[in-house]
Amino acid sequence: MSTQRAAGPVRSSFAPWLDPGAKPLVSFRNVRKAFGAVEAVAGVNLDLYPREFFALLGPSGCGKTTLMRMLAGFEEPTSGDILLDGKSVLGVPAHQRPTNLMFQSYALFPHMNVAENIAYGLKQEGLPKAEISARVEEVLNLVRLQDFGKRRPDQLSGGQRQRVALARAIAKRPRILLLDEPLGALDRKLREETQYELVALQEKLGLAFLMVTHDQDEAMTMAHRIGVMQKARLAQVGTPAEIYEAPETRAVAEFVGDITIFEAIVTKVEGEVVTLLHPTIGTIELDDEGDKPAPGTRVDVGLRPEKITLGFTPPHETVNRVEGIVWDIGYLGDMTMVQVKLADGTIVRVGITNRTRRSERPIGWDDRVWLSWDIEAPILLDGAS
Amino acid sequence: MKGFRLIHSVALIAGLLFLYVPIGILILYSFNASRLVTVWGGFSTQWYASLLSNQALKDAALLSLGVAMASATIATVLGTLAALALERARPGRAKLLFGGLIAAPMVMPEVITGLSLLLLFVALNVERGAITVTLAHATLTLCFVTMIVQARLATLDRSLEEAAQDLGASPWRVTLTITLPLALPGIIAGWLLAFTLSLDDLVIASFATGPGATTLPMRIYSAVRLGVSPEINAISTLLIAGVAALVVTASLILKREKLIA
Amino acid sequence: MRTDRRARIAALAPLLWLAAFFVLPFLMVLRMSLSDTAQAVPPYAPHWIGFGQIREFLAGLDVEAFRLLWEDSLYLNAFLTAIRIAGTATLIALLIGFPLAYAITRAPKSWQNLLVLLVILPFWTSFLIRVYAWIAILRPEGVLDRVLITIGLTSEPLRLLNTETAVLIGMVYSYLPFMVLPIYAVLEKMDRSLIEAAADLGAKPLTRFLTITIPLAKPGILAGCFLVFVPGIGEFVIPDLLGGSETLMIGRVLWTEFFSNRDWPLASAVAVSLLAFVILPMMLLRGFAGRKETAR
Repeated sequence: MSTQRAAGPVRSSFAPWLDPGAKPLVSFRNVRKAFGAVEAVAGVNLDLYPREFFALLGPSGCGKTTLMRMLAGFEEPTSGDILLDGKSVLGVPAHQRPTNLMFQSYALFPHMNVAENIAYGLKQEGLPKAEISARVEEVLNLVRLQDFGKRRPDQLSGGQRQRVALARAIAKRPRILLLDEPLGALDRKLREETQYELVALQEKLGLAFLMVTHDQDEAMTMAHRIGVMQKARLAQVGTPAEIYEAPETRAVAEFVGDITIFEAIVTKVEGEVVTLLHPTIGTIELDDEGDKPAPGTRVDVGLRPEKITLGFTPPHETVNRVEGIVWDIGYLGDMTMVQVKLADGTIVRVGITNRTRRSERPIGWDDRVWLSWDIEAPILLDGAS
Repeated sequence: MKGFRLIHSVALIAGLLFLYVPIGILILYSFNASRLVTVWGGFSTQWYASLLSNQALKDAALLSLGVAMASATIATVLGTLAALALERARPGRAKLLFGGLIAAPMVMPEVITGLSLLLLFVALNVERGAITVTLAHATLTLCFVTMIVQARLATLDRSLEEAAQDLGASPWRVTLTITLPLALPGIIAGWLLAFTLSLDDLVIASFATGPGATTLPMRIYSAVRLGVSPEINAISTLLIAGVAALVVTASLILKREKLIA
Repeated sequence: MRTDRRARIAALAPLLWLAAFFVLPFLMVLRMSLSDTAQAVPPYAPHWIGFGQIREFLAGLDVEAFRLLWEDSLYLNAFLTAIRIAGTATLIALLIGFPLAYAITRAPKSWQNLLVLLVILPFWTSFLIRVYAWIAILRPEGVLDRVLITIGLTSEPLRLLNTETAVLIGMVYSYLPFMVLPIYAVLEKMDRSLIEAAADLGAKPLTRFLTITIPLAKPGILAGCFLVFVPGIGEFVIPDLLGGSETLMIGRVLWTEFFSNRDWPLASAVAVSLLAFVILPMMLLRGFAGRKETAR
């Protein structure tokens, strides 16, 4: 049911995961981790590639942090294997692994100044003093904190502390940088700025990043690929566009972005086009490139709010359209989220971009409206149970 | 401010008066010219001068200081180790048992601790004196150090140690460069507490010492049994001033550390 | 797993120390308490026990000292007196300590650290000196008598020194910081909005205090009472210096048996029984805390 053709409007030339000859930097092989009776990570397989920015996305408690901590060496898998550059790292203590972690709390040593914090890891390697200070200088420049070396962590703002934590982690030139909710402690405005800075830095350094986050916007903007983790399992791995436009399961579709899901029955499969029947909407036609379900199966179909057009008159087509009543209107500034109630009581969320400052005919509560969408718009999800 | 009413200030003032008036009176009468402790005969520092000529008292003070420093140092090393162990150990029966053993001397009545140590020293046939008192005091104060250091360790962010390890520091180096420096305020406070407890102890020292070594509290005690004397007031005042200075300095250091942490 | 191994290494030295200077000596007290009074005159040399000698060891045990403890009402009375005085002192300390701790939490934030320091400071100065300070106040013709006579509250000297009242005063005075600190620690951590929520839901100030503040402060109150009561039972210095000859608390009896009467087995038997009295409230408290834990 999934597409192999790049979903979405963005085409990236960086896609080592599509190249069967590419050697992964990190491989999780059937990794399982149990804390007592609780299974935190249940059989994860995942390859990360050099220079890749990978985001593990999921709600809290889904096991994403545990997975990352196993790579850093703070937890040992209950079973399975973790390879780095093709070699197993199991049994290698955290301080001997070529990975560095940027902690969610930043974990800056309060009894050392910024320069000492950054030099700490380099000292452990026994580098000569001159080289240590040169490297400290270099990374301080990189995060634009060149004048802050003598400051103590408590004399810095939240954003500055975040950059020191980053500088300290990259100073060791790890094979892969691990970021645990790197922007979680920043306020919204700063978070957006920092997102782009981090991406720029990652490209400049050519370093692989593995980021753990619960914020889908963050994962979408920053990562090459996203792994959605749910209930200790990796539910789907793909580019941001694939995850959004072609979610493989209902759970992923609902977790990433807004969606309205209908249950329908397959009536006909003709080439790429699948025809479905829904008791209220009637006929739904959709274009799908994956495996086709057999006629007669019950399936879930998802519709993203921005793919739906709202009008006051019935569309010409007789398929992919439905009539409803405006139930609620949420004005968000750049767009308006309209909730439309269908005859069977289903609420459909429709996103309208506010292109003009004043609308000729504003939408009001209880207006009768028509919803319609393209044949490309509906997402065919796993069969309904 | 809000909710701080008259009744609260009355409770505060009454409580603090209760704590400080007796000490104040004691200090006041150490400057009394009269030998009668209850009659004010004018200001004088003669009792301080007479302290200086009291060789037995000076010897006792020196002995107590030496014992306090030595025992506090032993107790701090052992107590810190115990605190590290308790903080690191996985929860379980062994940890519970160890924690209980560490805490036991704290709740054990002093007379029992003293008696039992005496029996040990007699059985081992060691000469009792400064060394046995030091050993006894280290045993008594170890648990207090553990308690304070452990409280400090518990407030430390675990991710600091993980960060150090992640940056390539071996567990041994993590303890040395991160854990101990950050626990230092607790370790200093623990040492100070052990020091003052040792300086203060009468009961255990009475059991653990021998004929040759009389500590300052033992001297004061035997003098007090004979009755009140302005000389005792003077030595008490000196002790109070010394300890107060120590504690205030320490709390200032801790406060500065807290600002950083 | 690795952290646990390191914990074990760190625990080794303190463990050995306590085994040598705490556990072993106490076992010797236990053994001594079961010795024959006649045989165990000082200097006492222990008979080291091999496996083969256990029978002989058991045969040699003598409960004479304990029998004496039980039969002579002096000891039982001393125990009861100790419990009564320690209990009363605990209650008074609570009645003074709670308002004090509560007032500190209500003081302006910038004062609180100073106030706590003021409460702790006496605790750091010598215990003996603090008890001594009260002798000058309580003795006949002492400071208290003079003040009371001057303001006309009494014409006769009160003769408080060498009474049970003096012991109570000394105990409350000496142990008050132990009561204040745990209560303050709990009250200070308490979320002020809980009180506001109770007020918002219509509870009057007294109701708020009784239904919110007191129940939440319970762990601190229990800890404070424990810290005053337990050392109070075994107290020697305070009854010796402030109490009269009739105020016989068990700690003082032990001291006398040992230093004056040189009856080591009897002193040891007193020690063992005293420990039982100390451990009992501790177990109760532990049990209480344990139940709390499982309930949570």
